[in-house]
Amino acid sequence: MANQNVANQDRIVKVLQQISGKQIAPGVDESLFVSGLLDSFALTDFVAGLEEEFGVTIPDCDLSARKFDTVNKVEAYLAAKA
Amino acid sequence: MAYLRAFGSWLPSRHVTNQEIAAQVDATPEWILEMSGIEERRYAADDETVASIGLKAAQACLQNAGIAASGLGMILVASGSTDRFCPGPAGQVAAGLGLNSTPALDIPVASAGSLIGLAMAAQFAPTLGRILVVGAEIMSRRIERSPEGKNTAILFGDGAGAALVDADTGFAHIADSCLFTDGAAAEVIFVKDGAFHMDGQAVILQASRKLPRAINELLTRNQLAAADIEAFLLHQANLNLILRVATTLKVPRERFFTNINRYGNTSSASLLIAADEWHRQLTEPITRPIIFSAFGAGLNWGALLALPV
Repeated sequence: MANQNVANQDRIVKVLQQISGKQIAPGVDESLFVSGLLDSFALTDFVAGLEEEFGVTIPDCDLSARKFDTVNKVEAYLAAKA
Repeated sequence: MAYLRAFGSWLPSRHVTNQEIAAQVDATPEWILEMSGIEERRYAADDETVASIGLKAAQACLQNAGIAASGLGMILVASGSTDRFCPGPAGQVAAGLGLNSTPALDIPVASAGSLIGLAMAAQFAPTLGRILVVGAEIMSRRIERSPEGKNTAILFGDGAGAALVDADTGFAHIADSCLFTDGAAAEVIFVKDGAFHMDGQAVILQASRKLPRAINELLTRNQLAAADIEAFLLHQANLNLILRVATTLKVPRERFFTNINRYGNTSSASLLIAADEWHRQLTEPITRPIIFSAFGAGLNWGALLALPV
């Protein structure tokens, strides 16, 4: 289970790297907004990337910075949808 | 049938620069420009009202169409910033035009109201004839020009626009429209006790997905591609959002008419002010479809397709 979590976190970071075009490595509890890795427009790209990477549909009602603020929160959100 | 026949607009004379706003909200003019694409906006004078500026846009539109107000079958007035919500400004606009029995209805939907008005007018026109759609806003009285209100104070301006939808003649035929509402997200944009509230981040998130989706739905069901569209006329909410929609649709930004740099976000007036300026700059009749789209309080959003005649 722990290995699965780490694997998913790596995939989340991979999506972040794809949308930013940079080899970033944020801490799992680092705020992606405070650190400047995400803003409102980039979050839309991030969500689209997550949908593609994880094969899920993220509804508009779930679009909030609070749910996608850290890699850990994203991982928990995706685990809840699985 | 319903046709777009003419547009009109009216802007207050007072120019408010980013420098003036920046000093009030603890920001820099450069930051305002970067965040919004806005260089200046207009503010109404103390003696002007939503109805009075809406009337001026209405008169300009009728003059451009070359018809008298007595020829109107209905008036629709969109505004989210009027001082009095019931009755709203529609009746006053009608009275200002000298009409005392023509139906005049309010659409109290900030930002998306004019699009809703155009879509409704297209439905009413076959039975009522000529429908005048007006969007008028004095947002400067609904925002807080202080550091606490920075995120909205930098965006909004005042102005009015109008469109004449005609059952018989015009330069473009309104072929289709789609409107959507999601009341579960109503807290994202609302007016309460005379003050405008907006969660800007949530608006960007929602609009940057919903607008392209609505436009694509309209294009798909009319067997069109985004590349087929001559001009995209969007609610002038934020230049970055408009460019975002262009990128999502894979359309050159030049196809998206923008004037937000000069007027800021004039809420429901912006779509028709933009349409008026776009239409006035045309040197030849349109030869390809045009798309209108807006997103606003409600949440309400949608798109409208007009085809050349």
